[in-house]
Amino acid sequence: MPRVTRARWLELLAIGTAAGLFSGLFGVGGGTVMVPLLVLWIGYDERTATGTSLAAIIVISAVGAITQGFYGNLHVDDGLLVGIPAIGGVLLGTWLQQRVPMRVISGLFALLLTGLAVDLVVS
Amino acid sequence: MTVEAALIGVAAGVVSGLLGVGGGILFVPALVLVLGLSQVDGEATSLLAILPVAFVGTWRQQRYGNVRLTEGLAMGALAAAGTVGGVALVNVLPAHTVKLAFAALLLVTAFQMVRRAVAPEAAAARGEDRS
Repeated sequence: MPRVTRARWLELLAIGTAAGLFSGLFGVGGGTVMVPLLVLWIGYDERTATGTSLAAIIVISAVGAITQGFYGNLHVDDGLLVGIPAIGGVLLGTWLQQRVPMRVISGLFALLLTGLAVDLVVS
Repeated sequence: MTVEAALIGVAAGVVSGLLGVGGGILFVPALVLVLGLSQVDGEATSLLAILPVAFVGTWRQQRYGNVRLTEGLAMGALAAAGTVGGVALVNVLPAHTVKLAFAALLLVTAFQMVRRAVAPEAAAARGEDRS
């Protein structure tokens, strides 16, 4: 494995801290924060940034979930009921990606997210 | 409830795999709007739901040589203070503020999707293809 330099450690600390804050605040993995920073700051190519951020997300979401557990907010049954079937969904989605018009899908998804945002605020 | 939760998981997974967005952006609203969790409980539980997906994703990307495992795990571990801080913050903020902030995140993500639909190559070059 390649040696990680001191400067690189500091960069990873800065990116990780930003992603961790974001993840804790929003309940998401933090890839939204890490991927662009890894690409623009450290010069990772996009695939490596995405793949590497996934490894970080394992640790970040585990730390976040455990911390939330201490606050008594974690619904373990719901989390597993949603998260484990999602694995099958991801495999299906990745397969579909090669077979559907992505522009249309992206546009429809934007509509869905906007609808969800309105729903959340109204609820 | 069990069937609904499983269907949500599959659906969120499909969108995640299809569009390269993280599962959390869908897990949170699904847990809140469909399963009736509070916003903060939804965000907490989403973090757990993300874990299996991130595991499998890392394993698959690793086979394609796209994961710098040492740096990724180190970044995750170095994120711990930020993560604990974020969780602590979300637990003291007013519930309505947390909800509004998440709604804003949904809209920003929607905007990125629209931009990608209009110019996919440019968005990819900016590193926005995955989140």
